[in-house]
Amino acid sequence: MESTLTEEFKAKAAHICARYPRRDAALIPLLAEIQKEHGFIAEEAMDALARLLEIPYSRVKAVTTFYTMFKRAPAGRYHLQVCRNISCHMAGAPGLLESLRAKLGIKEGETTRDGLFTLSAVECLGACGSAPVMMVNEIYFENLTAGKLDAVLEDLRHNRLKDLGL
Amino acid sequence: MENILLKDNVADLESYFASGGYKPLKKALALNPARIVEEVKKSNLRGRGGAGFPTGLKWSFIPQHAGCLRYVVCNADEGEPGTFKDREIIRKNPHALIEGMAIAGFAIGANHGYIYIRGEFSAEAVLLETAIAAARAKGFIGKNILGSGFNFELFVHRGAGAYICGEETALLESLEGFKGQPRLKPPFPAVKGLFASPTVINNVETLAAVPAIVEKGGDWYASIGRGKSAGTKLFCVSGPVKKPGVYELPLGTALGDLLEKSCGGMKEGRRLKAVIPGGSSTPVLTAEEARDVKLDYESLAAAGSMLGSGAVIVIDESQCMVDLLRVLARFYHHESCGQCTPCREGCGWIEKILNRLEEGKGSPGDIDTLYSVAEGMISRTICPLADAMAMPVMSFVKKFRGEFEAHAAGKTCALRTALAGKSEAEPGSAI
Repeated sequence: MESTLTEEFKAKAAHICARYPRRDAALIPLLAEIQKEHGFIAEEAMDALARLLEIPYSRVKAVTTFYTMFKRAPAGRYHLQVCRNISCHMAGAPGLLESLRAKLGIKEGETTRDGLFTLSAVECLGACGSAPVMMVNEIYFENLTAGKLDAVLEDLRHNRLKDLGL
Repeated sequence: MENILLKDNVADLESYFASGGYKPLKKALALNPARIVEEVKKSNLRGRGGAGFPTGLKWSFIPQHAGCLRYVVCNADEGEPGTFKDREIIRKNPHALIEGMAIAGFAIGANHGYIYIRGEFSAEAVLLETAIAAARAKGFIGKNILGSGFNFELFVHRGAGAYICGEETALLESLEGFKGQPRLKPPFPAVKGLFASPTVINNVETLAAVPAIVEKGGDWYASIGRGKSAGTKLFCVSGPVKKPGVYELPLGTALGDLLEKSCGGMKEGRRLKAVIPGGSSTPVLTAEEARDVKLDYESLAAAGSMLGSGAVIVIDESQCMVDLLRVLARFYHHESCGQCTPCREGCGWIEKILNRLEEGKGSPGDIDTLYSVAEGMISRTICPLADAMAMPVMSFVKKFRGEFEAHAAGKTCALRTALAGKSEAEPGSAI
């Protein structure tokens, strides 16, 4: 099973582990690396990582499922994460979510059939002064309006936000 | 007065250095470490993450016997709803944080530091890594800093999405590669913290204030602010004001001045209804209570609330308090780590009852049940997340009981019905 981790990954892992007095402290950064590479964290990868760090698989699974940013299944190319907490809520987040559900034909937790968009409602993203806020993959879009949201969707559909890393 | 934390044109090392940056580190390295702790004590600097514990006192708890590893950890897991100040410091003044951590390390005898930053702040994590690399290249971080013989390594550690990791012992668990479940205290982190070693954990804003204190002295810092609430504080204002954002002001500034002078007042046509003064966990103030209150630890405590993280959430008359509390309950229920029954079950029940009320399926008895569930959660758990849910519930119900009763009796939310047509016609129209 350990073969699912590439030599390149193992080299990177050794580098990250060196930041801590105990190698297993690197578990969360390494799960993030796996997700960055594969888009999600498969059972096999959890198992391989457990062996690499010499910790029980149950701990890797527990940690993977505890943190909301870790995905255990592939998501769409663009993961739309709309903040639903208090400041964004007051600034119109429910309307934005409603509009995304209608435009994409999916509910929270679902992915469009073309594999382009996954929709999620998430908790406070720490950008409340520029509410409402949406995170697409790792990029923040702030001070959203209905019009701005449409423009972002169009830009993503036409792959026009490559400069932002999207 | 001049800002201490939020400055322009100091984001990169060259300009930070040119404006006097890293001089305090040099000064600190020539002092006796105990003298630095004394100076921080004298400054009356208190934790800016929410708890407000005196920083110098926290540092002084670190055992100083030889041969023991110690750590400095920065809490950059900014997650308290309404809070967005640490992000601003990291963007505008990252070297103040890095320098503050190096000074803290020297003061307590720690050679390693970690900045635990919430996973969503990926751009800010990169900014910090770049800034640390620049500081290392100039010899401000790393081995034998400025020829002093003091070594300090500093790493950025990204979280992965969990509000609870803002609680200091949950943060340590997470930093060690476990689920973010808070630890029983004692032992406190100062005695047994990261990797079972003595550890100082401070918020970004707290650590970033340290270089100025070392440079200008504890007395200088203590002279800013009001009484025991010394120094400046970053206030994060969100909600329907003209200019929401982060403002650095002396502690003791009137909430009214923050909203009127800094934020330009309410947006056109909006009337103030309530203010949550210190992040979503702190008790709400009515417009009447908010009018004259001063923003400092003691004044807000006297008003029945807390300074918390300085997150001022402004609520206007167009908002339904039952609906807003439901949003908060959904959040705390989602974020409860599940260790303690009163929190895990209590947050769940509170959300359930609020959903019922908001959906018109409530009954008059629900309001007392809601209140008593919240009351039963206070001080009965390992960490304060349960209290963080209970405080808004109790204050919302006490101060806006009429709205809750109207929901229970009228079987619907009158405000929602009135606004429904408008918001559905144009999503995001409230902006």
